[in-house]
Amino acid sequence: MTTTTPANTTPGTVPAPLSTRGSGTGRLKLGAGQQLKGGPFTYAALIIVGLGSIFPLYWTLVAASHDQQRVLDTPPPLVPGGRLFSNLQSAWEQAHLGKAIVNSIVVAGSITVATLFFCTLAGYAFAKMRFRGRGILMTAVIATLTIPPQLSVVPLFMLMSDIGWGGKLESVIFPTLVGAFGVFFMRQYLLEALPYELIEAAKVDGANNFRVVWSVVLPVARPAMMVLGMLTFVQAWNDFFWPFLALNQDNPTLQVALGQLSASYTPDQSIVMAGALISTVPLLLVFVIFGKQIVGGIMSGAVKG
Amino acid sequence: MATTIPTRGAHTPPPGDASSSDDKRRTWRRRLWRFDDLASPYAYIAPFFLVFGAFGLYPLLYTGWIALHRVELTSLDQSQWVGWDNFAKILQDSEFWTAVSNTFVIGVISTVPQLLVALGLAHLLNYKLRASTFWRTVILTPYATSVATAALVFALVFRADGGLINWVLHFVGFHNIDWGNGEWTSKIAISVIVIWRWTGYNTLIYLAAMQAVPTDLYEAAAIDGANRWQQFRKVTIPSLRPTILFTIIISTIGSMQLFGEPLLLQGGTLGAIGGNEHQYETLSIYLYNYGWKLGHLGPAAAVAWAMLVLLLLIALINWIVGRFLHKSAA
Repeated sequence: MTTTTPANTTPGTVPAPLSTRGSGTGRLKLGAGQQLKGGPFTYAALIIVGLGSIFPLYWTLVAASHDQQRVLDTPPPLVPGGRLFSNLQSAWEQAHLGKAIVNSIVVAGSITVATLFFCTLAGYAFAKMRFRGRGILMTAVIATLTIPPQLSVVPLFMLMSDIGWGGKLESVIFPTLVGAFGVFFMRQYLLEALPYELIEAAKVDGANNFRVVWSVVLPVARPAMMVLGMLTFVQAWNDFFWPFLALNQDNPTLQVALGQLSASYTPDQSIVMAGALISTVPLLLVFVIFGKQIVGGIMSGAVKG
Repeated sequence: MATTIPTRGAHTPPPGDASSSDDKRRTWRRRLWRFDDLASPYAYIAPFFLVFGAFGLYPLLYTGWIALHRVELTSLDQSQWVGWDNFAKILQDSEFWTAVSNTFVIGVISTVPQLLVALGLAHLLNYKLRASTFWRTVILTPYATSVATAALVFALVFRADGGLINWVLHFVGFHNIDWGNGEWTSKIAISVIVIWRWTGYNTLIYLAAMQAVPTDLYEAAAIDGANRWQQFRKVTIPSLRPTILFTIIISTIGSMQLFGEPLLLQGGTLGAIGGNEHQYETLSIYLYNYGWKLGHLGPAAAVAWAMLVLLLLIALINWIVGRFLHKSAA
């Protein structure tokens, strides 16, 4: 990624935190500062940290495959038991997880599709189009990143019930339809990846602006859109605070259902863990398949959402 | 880029034998092109600003209005002017100040170790490694885990009797630590969840910044006789200063938002009040409890404004410290 931008390798320049632009494809090349080989200590440290990263997830599986009595026993179980499927079944029935899964897919899916379309449009405008107020508007976009959702949940809740979206999926979909991070991410990518000549050529051929977007910008933006899509999906799937306030037991997302499963009554812990497993496995699969792209995407200019 | 308009449509038949009606059509068309060029950028960025205006800015300002009114969860359409009463109510509530201090303490003990570990890890990952992508993906997996899942697993792991952590610790002489009910232990447990989820993410951000540090700097330092540790301190850290400042800001904002971790650490009614002694009640929990459990949205909105003031204060401190560091470096 750094090797693709000569500006970054000029000696003496200190890279700004957000200026690490990359190809966004996740194909990371060796960086400039990378010259020494890792020794045994390096690998030992990485193995320890790696085990620490994986273990809680592994233990979710362990706890989800025993009955509650065994999970709460001393010493706690360290290898999976045989009750995984019956626990999954109980979790499914007790917490209405079927509906929750459908809801999570609808919410995360529609947020992802909308984010990709609108953020690519806005990112393109900020990266390659000239218009009055571009600089200040871009600053405004970035500034919105620093506003925590907590500051506006009270009126947002009132607004949603006012317009009849109280407890409905619309109330969690619409506020996150176009994120500032996505706009910024697409802008950074298109700034480098999309040459002006390509836009000019299309315009000479008589293409109007939207035609340029459709047949020039979107194809060029596709690798970055894939990364943004995965990051957005992960974020939307895992979102907790606002969905927990906005939705209720009868119409939850997976995370909300999980929160309520543990918060409402004295729950069976192994069934809670089975629910946690159901909510986590889809994303872990995405990570196993696209880990490389996600890592590359975060490294090429990421901001904590 | 600035002069794209005249070149457009160059493939249409050249002028010369054009009749006057053709001319009219062409000026009309040119006007259309110009409008397209003028309006399109605004049309493309409009969705963001519409969504932000409706669901971000408008609620943010409206929060100020609600904070001066009495609004109950059970009757959302009724409001009654109470002036500064809501602010007085929360500022005189010792629970509010507990929540402020808890948020601050948990913020510090989760951010500082997290960023230090991330810095060290990024340094290790910056070596030439076998399967480097594999390591990066592995340390990022906690990022794929939701707050709810992470909090629920760690709640079990941190159980007082028979929890995994206590079972491991009893081998080294610690017996039955009551993590959830302790003043400090509960904060440590929450910090562990935060650190677990975000360290890998910050590591990758640092790693990206480290790879942008030019090799020449290291070579020059090596020629001057600097060893690896000195290179790390004198070359890597100064080059990373903007990135480090950035992660500190982002982590600070993040710790203001801590909600799922404290809510689910003990779960049930304890979670909603942040423990029986409010020992791990954060500002977000306090806001949630006031607004949604007790049903008083006015004071909850006042809490939101208090959070905004705190954020601005932190930003100011960050800015002053940043300037100070900058000066002392120069």
